[in-house]
Amino acid sequence: MLEVRGLEAWYGESHVLHGVDLDVADGEIVTLLGRNGAGKSTTIKAIIGVVERRKGSIRYNGTETIGLAPDRIARLGIAWCPEERGIFAGLTVKENLLLPPEIAPSRVDLDRIYTLFPNLKERLSSPGTKLSGGEQQMLAIARIMRTGAKLMLLDEPTEGLAPVIIQQIGRTVQALKEIGLTVLLVEQNFRFAQTVADRHYVMEHGRIVDMIPRAELEASMDRLHSYLGV
Amino acid sequence: MTELWYDLEPFLQQGTLGLVNGAFYALLSLGLAVIFGMLNVINFAHGAQFMLGAVVAWMLLSYAGIGYWGALILSPLLVGLLGVAIERTMISRLYKLDHLYGLLLTFGLALIIEGVVRNQYGVSGLPYGVPDAFRMPPVDLGYMLMPAYRFWIVVVSIMVCLGTWYAIEKTKIGSYLRAAVERPQLVQAFGVNVPLMMTATYGAGVALAAFAGVLAAPIYSVHPAMGANFIIIVFAVVVIGGMGSIMGSVVAGYMLGVVEGFVRVWWPEASATVVFVIMAIVLLLRPAGLFGRK
Repeated sequence: MLEVRGLEAWYGESHVLHGVDLDVADGEIVTLLGRNGAGKSTTIKAIIGVVERRKGSIRYNGTETIGLAPDRIARLGIAWCPEERGIFAGLTVKENLLLPPEIAPSRVDLDRIYTLFPNLKERLSSPGTKLSGGEQQMLAIARIMRTGAKLMLLDEPTEGLAPVIIQQIGRTVQALKEIGLTVLLVEQNFRFAQTVADRHYVMEHGRIVDMIPRAELEASMDRLHSYLGV
Repeated sequence: MTELWYDLEPFLQQGTLGLVNGAFYALLSLGLAVIFGMLNVINFAHGAQFMLGAVVAWMLLSYAGIGYWGALILSPLLVGLLGVAIERTMISRLYKLDHLYGLLLTFGLALIIEGVVRNQYGVSGLPYGVPDAFRMPPVDLGYMLMPAYRFWIVVVSIMVCLGTWYAIEKTKIGSYLRAAVERPQLVQAFGVNVPLMMTATYGAGVALAAFAGVLAAPIYSVHPAMGANFIIIVFAVVVIGGMGSIMGSVVAGYMLGVVEGFVRVWWPEASATVVFVIMAIVLLLRPAGLFGRK
């Protein structure tokens, strides 16, 4: 579904990604692990096209997207859920939810979203940023579910949230898988990542240095600990 | 009671006439606010584009025989298209730079537009009559008789301001606009063509200025500096209302027109200065403006 080869990216003068190679297959949940500053978020931003400069190759279902603007990339079926969640203060919860245009027929309608996230339904007319951190994260994920996007780039959904909320996010990610979304997940919280993901890529200094499938996780724990320094 | 009414009457009359100026302040500061909110550009060419709206109305009448009602549609359209061309070829290159560059560029454009009009038509002003439809007895408001055309200006400006407010606050396109003001990159990553939206916003803001120019043509003489006279006050209005606030710019526009009218009764010499005094006070007490966030 997604094939990234030799991806490089820059912020101003600083060269952040030095040739990232990764693949995500249809229906998979794949994580990007690594320490702070390894280039995980930048990889995701480079895929959706919001970095200043990038080169290399990003193919989505065979289409080369490296030269496309972010709105064109989104129209192909890729959605970005940013680390800071991106809930709009000037829009109500409902406006936030309905904001992203539908890009393909979706299997998830508003009723289904309200069933999955009953908290949101109760607060449709309040300003988006009046929600709690966990609710904002749910809203950020929910609004993408209705667009019919096929690949979600999910950046640190558990950051700063309480354990009980993190469990809820975990169930949400499972729900994404059930409705057929493919997820590329950036995560600092390895304990969370290991409960949801099929495969883990490890990043260091702007490169992918290892790939560990779920089945090999137990055997690779020492290696992983040395990468992550935990 | 009769005597109190007698005392209040000049205030009511001048306040009502002040609404006519207020209508122009509101329309112009609305356009500035929309452009600033979306593009982060302080459009110094706004006054020149207002003037161009009036000049194009005069040209349509003189060269093509198209009257007031045609000009009210065509002139904003033509000047708005010029705005689109300006945004595409020049302003869009400045988004990543400091505000100052956008201000300098549009200031330069204002000088060029005014210079071209001055060279072509001189400084004495071009005649543009009140449209025939308004050659009727003044509207009787009870405390005064208001010329029909001025009454029309107040009514149509309120309609346009309400329409713009509705479009921004209550429609789907408006929600893209409000969202893109906060996080343009994310809105674009949702699949919305944000650069196109920015071009359209600038075009619409400029068209609004030209619309105000056509409205002004029959009551102010059409001359190259007519925009420059207005725009300084309008910048003060935008600051008082709160930079980038749609509601603030409209309410402050009408309010300051009325305040100017009141001051004209009580101390005529101060009426031209009062807006700037209010601006200074607002900046001291509420630096973000009356309706500004933060």
